[in-house]
Amino acid sequence: MDKLIVSPSPHLHAKDSTRSLMLDVVIALIPAVICSVVFYGWRELLLLAVSVATCVLLEWAVTRFLLKKPSTIGDLSAVITGILLALNVPYTLPWWILVIGAVVAIGVAKLTFGGIGQNVFNPAIVGRVFLLVSYPSQMTHWEKPQGLFGVDAITGATPLSAVKEGSLGDISYADMLFANIGGSAGEVCAIALLVGFIYLLCRRVIKPWITLSIFATVALTSLIFWGINPERFTDPLFNLLTGGLILGACFMATDYVTSPMSVWGGVIFGIGIGFLTMMIRYFGSYPEGVSFAILIMNSVVPLLNRAFKQRKFGRK
Amino acid sequence: MARRTFSIGGVHPHDSKISRACAIEVLPTPPVVYLSVAQHIGAPAVPVVKPGDKVKVGQVIAEPGGFVSAFIHSSVSGTVKSVGPRKDLAGNSQTHIEIAVEGDEWLEGIDTSDTLITDIPEDNKAILDKIRLGGIVGLGGATFPTHVKLSPPPGMKCERLIINGCECEPYLTSDFRTLLEKGEQVVIGAAILKQVLGGVPCTIAIEENKPEAIAHIREVIASLEKVSPKFAGIEVLSLKKRYPQGGEKQLIDAVMHRQVASGALPISVGAVVQNVATALAVYDAVQKGKPIIDNSVTVTGECFPHQANLLVRVGTPLRYILDYLGGIPEEAAKVISGGPMMGRAVANLDAATLKGTGALLLLTEAQTRRRPETNCIRCGKCADACPMGLEPFLLQKLSRLGDVEALEENAAQDCIECGCCLYSCPAGIPLLDIIRLGKGAALSAIRARNVKK
Repeated sequence: MDKLIVSPSPHLHAKDSTRSLMLDVVIALIPAVICSVVFYGWRELLLLAVSVATCVLLEWAVTRFLLKKPSTIGDLSAVITGILLALNVPYTLPWWILVIGAVVAIGVAKLTFGGIGQNVFNPAIVGRVFLLVSYPSQMTHWEKPQGLFGVDAITGATPLSAVKEGSLGDISYADMLFANIGGSAGEVCAIALLVGFIYLLCRRVIKPWITLSIFATVALTSLIFWGINPERFTDPLFNLLTGGLILGACFMATDYVTSPMSVWGGVIFGIGIGFLTMMIRYFGSYPEGVSFAILIMNSVVPLLNRAFKQRKFGRK
Repeated sequence: MARRTFSIGGVHPHDSKISRACAIEVLPTPPVVYLSVAQHIGAPAVPVVKPGDKVKVGQVIAEPGGFVSAFIHSSVSGTVKSVGPRKDLAGNSQTHIEIAVEGDEWLEGIDTSDTLITDIPEDNKAILDKIRLGGIVGLGGATFPTHVKLSPPPGMKCERLIINGCECEPYLTSDFRTLLEKGEQVVIGAAILKQVLGGVPCTIAIEENKPEAIAHIREVIASLEKVSPKFAGIEVLSLKKRYPQGGEKQLIDAVMHRQVASGALPISVGAVVQNVATALAVYDAVQKGKPIIDNSVTVTGECFPHQANLLVRVGTPLRYILDYLGGIPEEAAKVISGGPMMGRAVANLDAATLKGTGALLLLTEAQTRRRPETNCIRCGKCADACPMGLEPFLLQKLSRLGDVEALEENAAQDCIECGCCLYSCPAGIPLLDIIRLGKGAALSAIRARNVKK
C-alpha cells in the first residue's frame, strides 16, 4: 500500500457487466443454434458463421476506423445480432444476401444511431425486414428440414404461409414443437427457444412480463377470432407455436435497448406486439407479422418510458 | 407470513460479515487523542478549554454552537495540548482539540461499574437534559443530535419508536455485537426513549441474517418485562435482508408501511428512528451519567489478517487502531470509514475517529475497482435498484446537461445517495457521482425559492 485510493461511495460493484449480460443471451441461444444446425445441416452453420462474422467485423471496422473510438465488439452484442439474424432467415438463403442483411443490421440500424444503447429499432429485425422486402423470393423459399446429413430437400411451405394459401395439410402440433416443419431456422424448435428463455429468467437477465404479455395477447386475440369463425381463423395454439413468435417474444422483444424499462410499459409493449402480429397474420398480405409488430412497437418505446414510470417513494 | 421489507428497489450485495464472531474488545487508550468540534450534523461545537488545561474523562470540552448541535466531552484524562485546525479523514481542515493522555481519571458522577440499572427515572425533562448534556447524536451514520429528534415539532405526534438494528451495509458488525453483548442496555435505552416519546410502542428492527441477535433480544425483553411494566410494548421485528433497509425512510416503510413524503421528516408519519448504538448511548447517559466518550468500531476486510470489533475512545487516530491490529496490509488500496456502500474513503490516516465512526473497512484495488464507462444499454437495472423509485439513468443525463428544472421535476432532491444505482450499473456509468451534483443543484434551487417567499 503506497497510496490510498479516495473516491466517492459506493465502493463495491455488482458483478454483472454489459459483456456478462450479453454472454448470458448468447448462452441462452445455444440450444436453438444447436437445434437448427442439427435439423438444417451444415448450411445453417455456414449462415450463422457468415452472419456473426459480418456483424462483428463490421462493428469493429466502423468503430475503429470511421468513428475512431475504442472497439465495442467486446460487449458481444454484435454476436447476438448475428445469431438472431441468421436464425431469422431460411437456411436456403444465399450467404451473400445474409451479408447484406448483417450490414444493414449493424451498419444502418445500430452504428448509425450511435452504437449499443442508442438504436431505436432492434438491429436483427431491421436486417431481416430489409431482406424480406428486398429479396422476397429468396426470403420465402422454405424447404422442409432434412437433418444434419439429409440430402433430399423437399420444398415445403411454412405452416403460416400454407394457411395463407388455403390449406394447412398434415402438420401436427408435435411437429411444430419439435422442429419438424418448414420455416426460418429459429422458428423451428420451440422447446430449444423456451429453454434459452427460462435460462435468461433464472439468471435474472430479463423479466418475463414482455414475453408473457405477447403470448397472452396472441392467445386471447386468436381465441376470440377462432371462437367466432373456426373455419376462417387459426386457433390459439397454432398461433403460439408457429412463425417467429417464440423467437421474437423471447429474444427480440426483450432486447434491453429497444424495449420499455418499466413493468407496465413492458406489458403494454407486449400487448401491442401480440395484437399487431395477429392483425397482420389474419388480415395482412404477409403470412407472418412478428417482425413488423416488434419494429412498430420499438418506435413507441420512448413514449411508453415516459408514460409508465415507477411510482416514486413518498409521492402520489 | 411473507417476510417484511421496504417496498421499492434495493439490492442484495454479499453481506461479508466476516467479523461477526469477534467479541467487542477494548482498544488500549492511545497516547494522544484529537477531538473534532464537528462530530454531528448542525453547527460545530465551541471549544471551552485552552492549551494547558487538565481534563478528566467525560468532562465537557466544547459546547453546542446552536440548537442543532451537540456537546463534546473529553474521551481521556490528561492535558489539552492544542486547540486548532487539523485535517479530518477527508483531508479537510477542521478545529480539533488535542489532548495528551495521562492516566485514566473519570469525572465524578460517572458510574463506570458494570451494574445494570433497570429503574428508569420518571422525569422526562431530566432525561432529555441528560441526553443533551451527554452529547448524544444518532450513531447510525447521520449523527443528528438525538435530543432534537426527541422533541417533535408542535402539532406532530410520535406513534412508534423504531430501533434500527438492520446494519444492512455489508461487512459491518458493531451493532450486531452490541445487540449480543449489551442487549439489556440497548433494550433499557429503547424503553427510556419510548417513555420520553409518550410511551409509544417500540419496534426493534433486525435483519434476518442476524438470528442470534433476534433471539437474544427477544429473551432480554421477556426477562425485563418481568422487572417493570415499562418494558412492555417493545417488540423485535425480523426483516428480510436487503440494502438499504437501514435507511430511515426505507425502515419506516418496512416497519409501518408508511412512506415519508419528499422533503418531510419521519415524525410527519408518526415515526422516530434511533440506531442500536444510540439506544446504548442513551442508556449510558441516563442510567450511568456517562456521555459519549467511546464507541464500537468494526475493523475488517478480506485483505486484513485480524478482524475485530473494538471499543474505541472518540478521537483515536485511525493509524493507531490499524497499527494495533498489525498495520495496513500491502494489498489494501482503500480505507473506508463506514460501510462499503455509503462509507467515506479515508484520505488521511492521521485523522481521528468521531462519535459516528462505526467501521474501518480495508478493500483491495480489485475489490473496489470500477469498470470503464461504456454506453448505457437501457437495461433499467438502476431504476429497479433505486429505493426511492427514481430513474438514475435519466437523472445522470439531466445532471450532465445541468437542467436544474428537470432535475427537480424528476425528484433528484429525493436521492438518499445509497449507491444502489452505481452498484448495479453493468455499463460502469458513475451514476451516483454525477447525480450528487444534480441533487445539489436541485436542492439549492429549492432553498433559494423558499428564501424568497
